[in-house]
Amino acid sequence: MLGNNVMGIIFSNMHEELIRELTNKRTMGSVPFGGRYRLIDFVLSNMVNSGINRVGVITKGNYQSLMDHLGSGKAWDLSRRRDGLFILPPFGNGAAEFGNRIQTLSAISSFLVHSKEEYVLISDCDVVCNINYQKVIDRHLETGADITMIYRRGVLPATDEPVVLSLAPDSRVRDIIIGPEAKGEYSYALNMLLIKRELLIQLVSECSSRNKGSFKRDILQKNVDTLKICGYEFEGYAKVICSMNSYFEANMSLMNPSIREELFNSDRPIYTKVRDDMPAKYGLGSTVTNSLVANGCVIEGQVENSVLFRGVHVGKGAKVSNCVIIQDTIIGNDCELKYVIADKDVTIKDSRTMMGFQSYPVYISKGSIV
Amino acid sequence: MFPKQEVVAMLLAGGQGSRLGVLTAKLAKPAVPYGGKYRIIDFPLSNCANSGIEAVGVLTQYQPLVLNEYIGSGQPWDLDSMTSGVQVLSPYQRSRGADWYTGTANAIYQNMNYIERYNPDYVVILSGDHIYKMDYSKMVAFHKQNKADCTIAVIDVPLAEASRFGILNTNPDGSIYEFDEKPKVPKSTKASMGIYVFSWDKLRKYLTEDQENPNSSNDFGKDVLPAMLNAGERMFAYEFQGYWKDVGTIDSLWESNMDLLNPNVPLDLSDENWKIYSRTPVMPPHYMAPGAKAQNSLVADGCNVYGEIDFAVLFAGVYIAPGAVVRDSIIMPGARIEEGAVVQYAIVSENAVIGKNAVVGMRPEDVQDKEQWGIAVVGDNITVGAGAVVAPKMMIDKDIPEVTNDARQ
Repeated sequence: MLGNNVMGIIFSNMHEELIRELTNKRTMGSVPFGGRYRLIDFVLSNMVNSGINRVGVITKGNYQSLMDHLGSGKAWDLSRRRDGLFILPPFGNGAAEFGNRIQTLSAISSFLVHSKEEYVLISDCDVVCNINYQKVIDRHLETGADITMIYRRGVLPATDEPVVLSLAPDSRVRDIIIGPEAKGEYSYALNMLLIKRELLIQLVSECSSRNKGSFKRDILQKNVDTLKICGYEFEGYAKVICSMNSYFEANMSLMNPSIREELFNSDRPIYTKVRDDMPAKYGLGSTVTNSLVANGCVIEGQVENSVLFRGVHVGKGAKVSNCVIIQDTIIGNDCELKYVIADKDVTIKDSRTMMGFQSYPVYISKGSIV
Repeated sequence: MFPKQEVVAMLLAGGQGSRLGVLTAKLAKPAVPYGGKYRIIDFPLSNCANSGIEAVGVLTQYQPLVLNEYIGSGQPWDLDSMTSGVQVLSPYQRSRGADWYTGTANAIYQNMNYIERYNPDYVVILSGDHIYKMDYSKMVAFHKQNKADCTIAVIDVPLAEASRFGILNTNPDGSIYEFDEKPKVPKSTKASMGIYVFSWDKLRKYLTEDQENPNSSNDFGKDVLPAMLNAGERMFAYEFQGYWKDVGTIDSLWESNMDLLNPNVPLDLSDENWKIYSRTPVMPPHYMAPGAKAQNSLVADGCNVYGEIDFAVLFAGVYIAPGAVVRDSIIMPGARIEEGAVVQYAIVSENAVIGKNAVVGMRPEDVQDKEQWGIAVVGDNITVGAGAVVAPKMMIDKDIPEVTNDARQ
């Protein structure tokens, strides 16, 4: 399929500081989610399913796991002769030139300049959703907007600086408020927007030459009157990952069949890197209820209200409840875990007990031995 | 153009597998689903990849669509190199005439040009109907060490069962002096596994001679191997130890799936050093609902289990409704078992629907006449209506209408 005249730019590092535990050794985009995915799978799959075939992934540090995950882009059908996946790490001055969003876009300007697509869809990796960008593109053309920001109505996510939009009935953005102290329901941006490529290059270069570094302040907020900025409301399921709590909740929300059905819609599937695991194996005496279990798991104990990633082992007599257990973690016999987020390759020896609370899940870092 | 390959593998995948009945009505036997996420052909293909064999010709003939699509570029098995990899070889037309593959030897004969372009020293002949993990490079090394012309892999079978197999009788040095096809009184328990290594120059010679013999049925076992033995070529038996199962019948296919649930069976599909690769469907992890019961089972991605499963193998995207019970059964991709249905000792094919309160199969201990018992099979895309009963050993290839309570009384 020839593309739809839109290219994608994904920021894989943004908002990492909000979930430092999980991003200590990886990018936001490579944070594991939902039993077999990484956060970047959602935005990448959404782009591919919407006909976007040229995608640049910006990454400035800690990107080993991201590179390993993305590979050639084959899993997303982005390993192509024409266009495909482009990983854009820092070069020249190194990570310094990827300081803020505008510096970063300026540093990759040659990628933007050499692209042929008329529009650019820019997105972060912090939102779990299944969105059809084609509809956003259609609306963008219909309204003749310069910029279309995707937003959602609801209680503001507990992120550092939520971007709140004030919209006219014709969906034109009248005002942009950054990081208000506010309670109640608002329209907040999902850090995804569509813009003409040449306009983006021009705005970035103007800001850059004046040493202005904030995309939301110096491009969006400043131009709210001079440019036609429109909003596109996304009404489907979307979860912003902005804290360990929201990460935990978002994983748990997958127990809801209608959310699963929407998020993993078989017409617009979420792709991920394939691992050749065998199907999950349930042993004698295993009891598993209300849980999401990936291939490669071996379960001999009790599991409830939990997400088990690929290759997790739960020993005999172990009790795991309300946990997110990331890939290849081994839980020994007779362990008891409640409200635990165990990162990749954790070993929990026999008979250990770990308890967190719903409001404060215990986190065990990658490769630890308990 | 084509760099030399020391070893080329030829995989015979054209058989109909008629003993699998409805399971192979629309697809070739090697494409039959196995073990919750695999197809039978994943085993020989993964074995080739893991043994360092880079050129694999797959000979297809019967219902090749699903198989061809599944093999695709060969990428899941890393068999998609620039000048080698997996190549599907279907029967073709020549400037003079066209032939179907008339036998296993004829199929290879017709594709000698594929083998020739790699200028190999050895050719490995494989079939697509066995479940096993085997390092073919060790067998080739054995072949070289013995300066053999042909090496046949054998597995030790119980004496009582030996008369069901092609038995090889060997000298103490492992050389073969006699083939005994399904002997009434077996002299040995070394059964041929249908895996052969040939020195290519010898194989080329015998295939050509076999083709010129009008009385030949062009079969390896019946014609080519006996001709080589009679001519006094060096033929050796290579003893394989490990799990090997012919899954050519409903019973053996069912048993082999159940073997995966038995911790004492030496077939480990999670071994990092010998992975079995396959095409993985794009689906989320499976969901075990509140009230679900799962024991002694294999469950693939995309399943939704609300009912009870015990000794079950569930392929991707299977739905087990609340109150449904699946025991000792294989449920293939996309099948739905509705509320209250009971499926026991059965194979339910892809996308089949077992309606509410329907009963499929039965435990052997619940059947009076043991002759009447067997694995029940429901074909792909078949709907078994609510309340209907599928007796043991039955093979369903047409929809069964709903049975209302009135009709049952």
